[in-house]
Amino acid sequence: MFEAILLTVITASTPLVVAALGELVSQRSGVLNLGVEGMMIMGAVAAFATAQLTGSPYLGILGGIIGGGLFSLLFGFLTLTLVANQVATGLALTILGLGLSGQIGEAFVGMPGVRLQPLVIPVLSDIPFFGRVLFSQDLIFYMSVALVFGISWFLFKSRTGLKMRAIGDNHGSAHALGINVVRTRYLAVLFGGACAGLAGAQLSLVYTPQWVENMTAGRGWIALALVVFASWRPLRVLAGGYLFGAVGIGQLHAQLLAQSGGIAIPSQLLSALPYAATIVVLIIISHNRRTTLINTPASLGKPFVPDR
Amino acid sequence: MKKLLIALTATAAVLGGFAGSASAQEKKKICFIYVGSKTDGGWTQAHDIGRQELQKALGDKIETPFLESVPEGPDAERAIERMARSGCAMIYTTSFGFMDATVKVAAKFPDVKFEHATGFKSAENLATYNSRFYEGRYIQGQIAAKMSKKGVAGYIASFPIPEVVMGINAFELGAKSVNPEFKLKVVWANTWFDPGKEADAAKALIDQGVDILTQHTDTTAPMQVAAERGIPAFGQASDMIAAGPKTQLTAIVDTWGAYYIKRTNALLDGSWKSEQVWDGLKDGILTMAPYTNMPDDVKAMAEETEAKIKSGELHPFTGPINKQDGSAWLAAGEKPEDGVLLGMNFYVEGVDDKLPK
Repeated sequence: MFEAILLTVITASTPLVVAALGELVSQRSGVLNLGVEGMMIMGAVAAFATAQLTGSPYLGILGGIIGGGLFSLLFGFLTLTLVANQVATGLALTILGLGLSGQIGEAFVGMPGVRLQPLVIPVLSDIPFFGRVLFSQDLIFYMSVALVFGISWFLFKSRTGLKMRAIGDNHGSAHALGINVVRTRYLAVLFGGACAGLAGAQLSLVYTPQWVENMTAGRGWIALALVVFASWRPLRVLAGGYLFGAVGIGQLHAQLLAQSGGIAIPSQLLSALPYAATIVVLIIISHNRRTTLINTPASLGKPFVPDR
Repeated sequence: MKKLLIALTATAAVLGGFAGSASAQEKKKICFIYVGSKTDGGWTQAHDIGRQELQKALGDKIETPFLESVPEGPDAERAIERMARSGCAMIYTTSFGFMDATVKVAAKFPDVKFEHATGFKSAENLATYNSRFYEGRYIQGQIAAKMSKKGVAGYIASFPIPEVVMGINAFELGAKSVNPEFKLKVVWANTWFDPGKEADAAKALIDQGVDILTQHTDTTAPMQVAAERGIPAFGQASDMIAAGPKTQLTAIVDTWGAYYIKRTNALLDGSWKSEQVWDGLKDGILTMAPYTNMPDDVKAMAEETEAKIKSGELHPFTGPINKQDGSAWLAAGEKPEDGVLLGMNFYVEGVDDKLPK
């Protein structure tokens, strides 16, 4: 049963991790995009529609990435080119995404979905327990793990990553050094949108292979919280995402176990556990103010106009 | 931040909802407020199908604007009031959580008729209507007891309100009428609508050993999980056969259309009065989706029970019934008052859960 629970946790955590990683890159470049929920749902509907029309879940994944990415460019244009307020634009993006996806998806409501099948990796999947849990997963799970380490390397080991962090910390100085702030930020926002779209694709192709309006049900907001929770570090996003997923699934099992044990625990309390756990970890992490300050992009959310 | 979001959504929805309905003054406006999206595949979709039937039946006399995805709480009051101001002759508010908001707005607009679904507060111009869903759940319980090899069913519940508790009890009573040892495991998802969470709850129940699923949440996600894991399940509010062609045994299908037509006609000919309607299978406000994926004898049993409930021969809550702790609730042959059912806050014997308070 432990294995079955673990598999459920992976499915529940993957979209949170993927969306949070994208937002992390965007925020590391200094752009606060609150539209994760909107980009995610656009990704979900684009992925579902593409998979439905082509019959291929892999094209569906591509559709999700493109859907989320294109939608994020709208945010980029408004906040980077027109220098609109990032908070307001992000919120608008979420609302627009929820509405627009409902409109696009209306034709697909109630259709049985195309499920993304697991890719069983030969040899590795024969390892007892771990093989079945870690190497018999779907492509999006493997991508999520690759993204964690890829982004870690990019941010802290590559030259471009260093430049991007420099922009996030002080866009004025970075600009003075000749780094193209706006272009880098466009790319970071686009990457964030693509990741949110991929997370959405996971929802409509793996988690619950169907299309229903509002099917993200607040997961974009949780991903946003994860970025802060992880103090802008990719590995911590992975840990945080899985902690959140595990507590969420664990509370359902706790309800059932408490029932068979005859113990009365209010289910509302158990439902609140993931959020309570987040707060506790946040307190522990922010205990050391220095590390928090070092990791927080100092220019986060501040508008940048090149000639100033 | 969330407040702002809700306010903006509500405003956008209001503007959108009225865009196409400004003309044709002589037609009566019969308005609807939905808690979810009209294509949710469940609760709200069932109401919207009812609205479409109403529009079709009384086509040239009425128009039927509606507001979707209106959150329960303070925003609901604004949305309903907005509807009332826009000249609606009658407003159907279609979720339990709209109750207090509807009561408040009804008091402000004495000339507008209000109909609130599943609530228990009424007024001179505010009627309530509800469906005896528990009749269908009793039949489902009987089927479950026949179909389950392990004698344990899983129940995905939304919130611990009387309506949901009553459904759980009816299901258990139906099951026990077939198998007195039948057990019911309950998971509270604490949401009406979250496909992911509903799927998680379904998986948790199956992983904990249930071999049949039923739900009191709105999406088809649990049905889909049941289909993947190869166990049978019951649909909720709408026929969910598309999500599980080889999985769905039957579904409780809400068929509000006939009621909407009857009440709207009453409004048009001036005979409308505030009533508290609680109809069931016999009135056609509730129907069972075709009995599928089960042996003929189980189907025959289900059909017989359905006929007995329709004729009034069988009331699912007929004594002797004990409460969960074993204390007596109803004596042999005794039936509860409707008011007792509508305020139900305890489990009957056999439910394997402690009711959240």
